[in-house]
Amino acid sequence: MAEIVLDGVTKRFPDGTVAVHSFDLTIADGEFIILVGPSGCGKSTTLNMIAGLEDISDGELRIDGERMNERAPRDRDIAMVFQSYALYPHMTVRENIGFPLRLAKLGKAEADRRIEEAARILDLDELLDRRPANLSGGQRQRVAMGRAIVRDPKAFLMDEPLSNLDAKLRVQMRTVISRLQDRLGTTTVYVTHDQTEAMTLGDRIVLMRKGVVQQVGSPEELYRHPRNLFVAGFIGSPSMNFLPARVEGARLHTVLGDVPLGDRMRRALADHGDPAELIMGIRPEAFEDAHLVRETAATGRDLTFTGTAGIVESLGAEKYVYLDLEEAGTIESEHLAEALQADTGDRSRVQLVARVDARSEIREKQRIELEFSPDDIDLFEPGSGLNLTVRAPAHA
Amino acid sequence: MEADRRVVARWGAINLLVLLYALVPVLWIASLSFKDPATITDGHFVPRSWTLDNYKGIFKNDDFVRGLVNSIGIGLISTVIAILVGTMAAYAVARLDFPGKSLVLGFSLLIAMFPQISLVTPLFQIWRGIGLFNTWPGLILPYITFALPLTIYTLSTFFREIPWDLEKAAKMDGATPFQAFRLVIAPLAAPGVVTTAILAFIVCWNDFLFAISLTSSSAARTAPATISFFTGSSQFEDPTGSIAAAAMVITVPIVVFVLFFQRRIVSGLTSGAVKG
Amino acid sequence: MTTATRAEPPADPGRRAQSEGKRSERNLGWWLCAPAALVMLLVTGWPIVYSVLLSLQRYDLRFPDRRGWVWLENYVTVLTSPFWWQAFGVTMVITVISVVLELVLGMAIALVMYRTLLGRGLMRTAVLVPYGIVTVAAAFGWRYAWTPGTGWLAGLLPAGDAPLTQQWPAIFIIILAEVWKTTPFMALLLMAGLALVPEDALKAAAMDGAGPWQRFRMITLPLMKPAILAALLFRTLDAFRIFDNIYILTNGAQGTSSVSVIAYHNLIGGLNLGIGSTMSVLIFVTVAVIAFVFVKGLGTSTPGQSGGRR
Repeated sequence: MAEIVLDGVTKRFPDGTVAVHSFDLTIADGEFIILVGPSGCGKSTTLNMIAGLEDISDGELRIDGERMNERAPRDRDIAMVFQSYALYPHMTVRENIGFPLRLAKLGKAEADRRIEEAARILDLDELLDRRPANLSGGQRQRVAMGRAIVRDPKAFLMDEPLSNLDAKLRVQMRTVISRLQDRLGTTTVYVTHDQTEAMTLGDRIVLMRKGVVQQVGSPEELYRHPRNLFVAGFIGSPSMNFLPARVEGARLHTVLGDVPLGDRMRRALADHGDPAELIMGIRPEAFEDAHLVRETAATGRDLTFTGTAGIVESLGAEKYVYLDLEEAGTIESEHLAEALQADTGDRSRVQLVARVDARSEIREKQRIELEFSPDDIDLFEPGSGLNLTVRAPAHA
Repeated sequence: MEADRRVVARWGAINLLVLLYALVPVLWIASLSFKDPATITDGHFVPRSWTLDNYKGIFKNDDFVRGLVNSIGIGLISTVIAILVGTMAAYAVARLDFPGKSLVLGFSLLIAMFPQISLVTPLFQIWRGIGLFNTWPGLILPYITFALPLTIYTLSTFFREIPWDLEKAAKMDGATPFQAFRLVIAPLAAPGVVTTAILAFIVCWNDFLFAISLTSSSAARTAPATISFFTGSSQFEDPTGSIAAAAMVITVPIVVFVLFFQRRIVSGLTSGAVKG
Repeated sequence: MTTATRAEPPADPGRRAQSEGKRSERNLGWWLCAPAALVMLLVTGWPIVYSVLLSLQRYDLRFPDRRGWVWLENYVTVLTSPFWWQAFGVTMVITVISVVLELVLGMAIALVMYRTLLGRGLMRTAVLVPYGIVTVAAAFGWRYAWTPGTGWLAGLLPAGDAPLTQQWPAIFIIILAEVWKTTPFMALLLMAGLALVPEDALKAAAMDGAGPWQRFRMITLPLMKPAILAALLFRTLDAFRIFDNIYILTNGAQGTSSVSVIAYHNLIGGLNLGIGSTMSVLIFVTVAVIAFVFVKGLGTSTPGQSGGRR
């Protein structure tokens, strides 16, 4: 159990590149923290610095108030689960799990007790005498977890532990890890590039980009109040829709029609020097099939627009409707480009995704009418990517 | 099924051809080594009368026994040194980034292709000058040199295949760097080292040119060189049987060794070649 | 944003584990390589230089007092000697023919080892027998096999025929011995190359209507080209320095000397250091030229030299 503090932690490689830029974070005792971001964002480097596998160029790492920068990994009392699992191929499952205890010179009886306990928790009882080569991917993953929990360390570090599993197993193991962490209450730092994993697992998410922390907060916070375009685009699937918008008096001129700007938004815009060009962001689920809404009840979505449905994907519980908006124009923003990178390569025309109720009868190539509310939009400054509509930032 | 049986029969025939190719010449030497002096020149592939006299004879021959001792001693010492030195270099080549790495690789490649005869002349003269001619070290040095390229190439390929994440995992599990090496890396590297050692030993054991050029007596002459000087115990005796027996003696242990480690040796021999 | 543009180290940050900095890694690398480099340099570097020096002198151990600098005279002597050119020609013939045979035969054996349905392990084990055998031992086997009276192969020839005493039959036997001994090595190298040909590519070609021979020629061979060239380079240089087989089979009689054998005889038999060294240098230069032609002319990538290895 431990509190981990990163105080201005920086990683500079000998060739001068900065992989992690002044990372500040206080991880509370027992907290489950997710480091997430696209590859190359510095999340693994940060994890390795906490582990002691990489030197810290600048700043300080403290665990339970003690400076750790110069300590060897073995003196930090931290366990790590690797993406490749890093199981010792020449040892049985029992020997693998027991390896940290053997190094700690724990008595055999006690070691056996703890190995069996860990095996029971992870459902590995039957496999203790096998070798890693004879295990399935999921089993290997659990052995790696077992090796981490067996010595009851101050903290767990997990480096994309699920990324080598198939989709179904990944979801299963997600629950296993989540429950395990709940039960053991051990401080955990978990690295992933998968935003779904980040959203479902963590108490708090740290979203990184190019070595710089973009936003820290609960999954909910990052989803609802993304601090900038990058966060808005990275979190959520399908991604937030981004459209160019022009301020015209108290209204916002967009391809979806004119959107009235409320007082709050007008004030926010004024605080940022009343920019004329903006990027409007709107989540797919902010839309609803207008026909469906009329049939049921008013929802406060008082803006409608029409378009032609492109592809319609039915997922059972909901439908994704893709619309091509030819006359949208293009947006030039580095933040946007990167946020969208994972999504579509083609930015010549703007595509809009709407997530509508499964009962909607929208079909492909049909003229459709969608509704949305002006309260559901976020406005971003194209240059800085800053979200102008977020309320007072939760974290300084 | 008829078709299946035909396929099996065809592969059986092809396999038999390969087997004959590989084994007949060896069986011929074996056959010669078991023939007695009366039938040795009869030209039959299978001996008509069997005898172990040839084997008994060569083991009574002091020169041959001495040659065997020289071969084993020189081969083992050369192998051990080449492995020690080569392991260090191979580790560096496989795991570290440093300028001059490709120079080391290129240089060892150069040596691997170097014509030994080009070294024999100067070494003959230099060794005589500094007293290494006709001594163990006089052979051990060139043997190490010619075993090293093989060692460095083969071992660095083996080393590259070790998942080095394990070293980090061991450190996270509380191991000191030395423990990480001893408990995790060394056991994984051992098979590669053993294989490489066998290959290096074969290089030394098989050498003939240095052995006949840099020696002048049984003091350092290795077994293959000794055999080539066999003349029979008297001038009336034909040395054929003795030579065949001696050839078997120096061949069989290596062949058995090679067959025993077949799988590893195949991967060792081919490791350097394919990934280039 | 320009603060950090470096790509995150991939799944192999182990290389950076000792991040004391590049300098310590560099120093460690040098220290670890130093012993090997030193041994190789000492045993080859100085002798090569010395060999060049010797080749510029008249230096016959039987007449040590006549030693003196003659500059290129030894080279003139060797390069105008019919014996040298005959040995050179014989070496070339042996090299070319045996390497070609080894390639064809080796490819066949590689295919058998790779594709056979029965006893794959046995096949791979069996072909290692010629590899494991000591060259001298095998050479004696071949010598007796072709010795009239003694040999089972000589018995197949017309009576009175002694092939080892005639130039071309002897060269044929030398090639046979060489091919037999080294084909397995070639086959193993080629088999490793075969393993690099993706099964799917062959299946796709079959779907596209290619027969077995077309698949081999149009898919397998091109994909194996690097492996084939590397194997050819190794074997060509190795064949060029042929010594053991010739020494045992004919000892260079009847015009069957290779360059190595003739250099050896000049040195050990003739004790003529000047001429012996000249030949050594010429052989070395020839090998270098062959290697150069392979690497530059055919684009053979030698292992470890190409960038794709890391």
